[in-house]
Amino acid sequence: MRVALFLTCVNDTLYPDTGRAVVKLLTRLGVDVDFPMAQTCCGQAHYNTGYRHEAEPMARHFSDVFGEYEAIVTPSGSCGAMVRELYPRMGERARAEGRGDALARTLAPVVPKTYELTEFLVDVLGVTDVGAYYPHTVTYHPTCHGLRGLGLGDRPRRLLQAVRGLELAELPGADECCGFGGMFAVKNADVSAAMGADKVRNAESTGAEVLCAADNSCLMHLGGMMSRLRTGMRPVHIAEILASTEEEPAR
Amino acid sequence: MTGTYLGMPAFPKAAHDAVHDPVLRGNLRHATHTIRAKRARAVGELSDWAALREAGRRIKDHTLRHLDRYLVQLEESVTAAGGTVHWAADAEEANRIVARLVRESGESEVVKVKSMATQETGLNEALEAEGIRAYETDLAELIVQLGKDRPSHILVPAIHRNRGEIRDIFRTEMGEWGRPAPEGLTDTPAELAEAARLHLREKFLRAKVGVSGANFMVAETGTLVVVESEGNGRMCLTLPETLISVVGIEKVVPTWRDLEVFLQTLPRSSTAERMNPYTSMWTGTTDGDGPRAFHLVLLDNGRTDTLADRVGRQALRCIRCSACLNVCPVYERAGGHAYGSVYPGPIGAILSPQLRGTASEIDASLPYASSLCGACYEVCPVAIDIPEVLVHLRERVVEGGPAVRQGNTVVLQPAKGHAAERAAMRAARWAFTHPGALRTGQRLASRTRRLHPCALPGPGRAWSGTRDLPAVPPEPFRDWWQRTRGGKDGAK
Amino acid sequence: MSSRERILGRVRRALADVPADEVPYEEAVSRDYLREHGRRTTGETVELLAENLVDYRAVVHRCDAEELPLLVLRLLAERGSQEVLVPPGLPPEWLAGAGPVRVHDRAADTAGRLDRVDSVVTGCAVAIAETGTIVLDGSPDQGRRRISLVPDHHICVVRVPDQVVSSVPQALERLDPTRPLTWISGPSATSDIELDRVEGVHGPRTLEVILLG
Repeated sequence: MRVALFLTCVNDTLYPDTGRAVVKLLTRLGVDVDFPMAQTCCGQAHYNTGYRHEAEPMARHFSDVFGEYEAIVTPSGSCGAMVRELYPRMGERARAEGRGDALARTLAPVVPKTYELTEFLVDVLGVTDVGAYYPHTVTYHPTCHGLRGLGLGDRPRRLLQAVRGLELAELPGADECCGFGGMFAVKNADVSAAMGADKVRNAESTGAEVLCAADNSCLMHLGGMMSRLRTGMRPVHIAEILASTEEEPAR
Repeated sequence: MTGTYLGMPAFPKAAHDAVHDPVLRGNLRHATHTIRAKRARAVGELSDWAALREAGRRIKDHTLRHLDRYLVQLEESVTAAGGTVHWAADAEEANRIVARLVRESGESEVVKVKSMATQETGLNEALEAEGIRAYETDLAELIVQLGKDRPSHILVPAIHRNRGEIRDIFRTEMGEWGRPAPEGLTDTPAELAEAARLHLREKFLRAKVGVSGANFMVAETGTLVVVESEGNGRMCLTLPETLISVVGIEKVVPTWRDLEVFLQTLPRSSTAERMNPYTSMWTGTTDGDGPRAFHLVLLDNGRTDTLADRVGRQALRCIRCSACLNVCPVYERAGGHAYGSVYPGPIGAILSPQLRGTASEIDASLPYASSLCGACYEVCPVAIDIPEVLVHLRERVVEGGPAVRQGNTVVLQPAKGHAAERAAMRAARWAFTHPGALRTGQRLASRTRRLHPCALPGPGRAWSGTRDLPAVPPEPFRDWWQRTRGGKDGAK
Repeated sequence: MSSRERILGRVRRALADVPADEVPYEEAVSRDYLREHGRRTTGETVELLAENLVDYRAVVHRCDAEELPLLVLRLLAERGSQEVLVPPGLPPEWLAGAGPVRVHDRAADTAGRLDRVDSVVTGCAVAIAETGTIVLDGSPDQGRRRISLVPDHHICVVRVPDQVVSSVPQALERLDPTRPLTWISGPSATSDIELDRVEGVHGPRTLEVILLG
């Protein structure tokens, strides 16, 4: 199977460790993974801020870059939801605006074969025990677009529960948004920070060392907050935990 | 809508105060968390919830798509049953009609059942100007009216008040409006409810005119439905001689049978009950039982403009349950007043900018009052995709374009405040469709990483006021990939 | 132009995208939901009604026709009721046990007069087990809407199992929309203080339901 890693622009630029972890994990599981160098950004920030028309060329670019692969895997529930949920909607809207089927047809091929990482592991590869070792107490925050957009359900938790050495601590109020929300974090900074502070407080109350999520943008917001509040907790993307082994442990 | 909200500051500014008010935060947190768990239990009891939700969505969508037909049918049914139907294109016309009907009855006071439509039109203030006093009879509305306050929640307008504050309002204000609060009133909810019972009873017993809204209107039968808890609705609907109901045109459903869906989904979504204590249904007038005159005022006030928007019209499916408010993390922290409208919370953020337009500062800011977490859509009993409409309205704010205002098609200009953002978005789009440019930018960021501050000046403080910036790594992933062919050559 | 024409015109212009041959109501509305939740015997349905009534703080009693007059008498006596309102068509034998003064509802009675009556006894049109609801439709054994509203104590007699249905859809099938209907689920209540439910506001604060079988 020709699998493309759609890393996302945020991970590519700021969180290369997450990318390396996905490659290591998938390779360990026997997947031949490629990173198309022409990839950039799915256009989510543009779309969600009201710049749908600016997002369209980015979506077309995404489709050009990834269209040939059999599966597209991304370590981001949010960007995964952009492709799966919102690309079809962009096509429909273009049609409703009298611009014909071209956009819908261009985007259609990538929609069904885009998977968020934990979906790909559980649904496509059919594994929950990925042979990982991570001797830390971890609490898991299900990010909104993964939880409600893609319906990831308990897949991430099942994967974490199978990790040797890992103790999973229940996060109170887990389903509640962390307050990131893309441009929301700056356009409504007060409310965003209040939501983040509550999330961090809940995470701290578990006594876990690590706050895990499947989306680095939410972790960037929460991590920035934990660092400012000097909580001693650290944010870690789920891919890095699943890639960790006894031979090559993650931090 | 009402003059009360004109000149409201934009949402972020109004929310700023609420976020830093510990009493308000505590009140909202307590109330919304109490109801959330209960709603989940009440909904969980019904194994066919998803099917009921889908049926509700479809009934409402079908009705909206043939609204003219159902409104005409409703008018015929209500008239045949002895009622009189009036049409109000806007708030002012609705208020004028009600004031005229009250004057014609020879009365100078009315008792009111909680109604969002008359809150929206500012009926009480309009009646006051005509020398007519309107008494709110719902407990929460009473608290708001006595406290000279504004409602902050659809179902529980005084949700921002805790029991101690309510006791204080009753003690100091009830005497001004009628029977004073009992001596030694404490803050136990049962005693507060008893105080309201005593205070309002004399008003119910002498009332000659009642004013209500309605949760549903059935086109085929002309039946109106009011769903309530306290019995104040029953009082206002049955004791007066004249009943005036002001109802938004989107509240019509085609058939009697359609109620079987909404009478299951509404109580469980709003008060988290299997059934609310009282539901009243009436069809025109009945000899010897209830009001002798019944007037129905059908209200547009921006609803047809909303209907003209193919994405935004789904907001008209709303049955005002307020489940979206109760589950919303933004509402919980910003409070209802920050939304600058009688419709707060997620549904308000998509209704107000459609009913009123996006011209004012507050209305242009409402589509951004959401992290797009989707919790509202998940609980909505008529499946309004609130995040979808929010994003659509953001587009209207930043791009402008055609819209319908007061029945006329207009072309909106892009909002001025977004020029810098628009330029940045365009530049980013250019970079993201030119991978080479993106790569240059990434490398530049990595090479200068030691120079990056962990906090930003100027507008960047919106981020770094409360959050540290992430450290920029020594190389972006793509450089590592290219250098090591994905780690295949063993390099780290 | 009248506002009626203006509004209808706006609606029609707003719906320009709706095709003339759109699917009709019957096809557009899906009814995949259940007619009732779970399978129960008649006896179990009555049990569920009792359970749900109690859950929302109604007081539930059971008796047969013979025991009914004494039970009603006892409930009124326990309450200390001096006067009891009687709808025009209430079966006389229900109040055969004498006791408090019977006040027959008359059109001329003011709300103030009704407010001085302690209790009211009515029948009902239908009762819904799944929600613990009784529905009054103004039939002669129930009377005008105001008589079951103003007194603080309401005794409602439900004939079981005939008047009991499982669900809201089944109840609507039995009801006549042209009559004034009042659905009652427990005594009056409010959630307006901190979104927490407390019983007892404007409607009767005590609701006693007699399951007559």
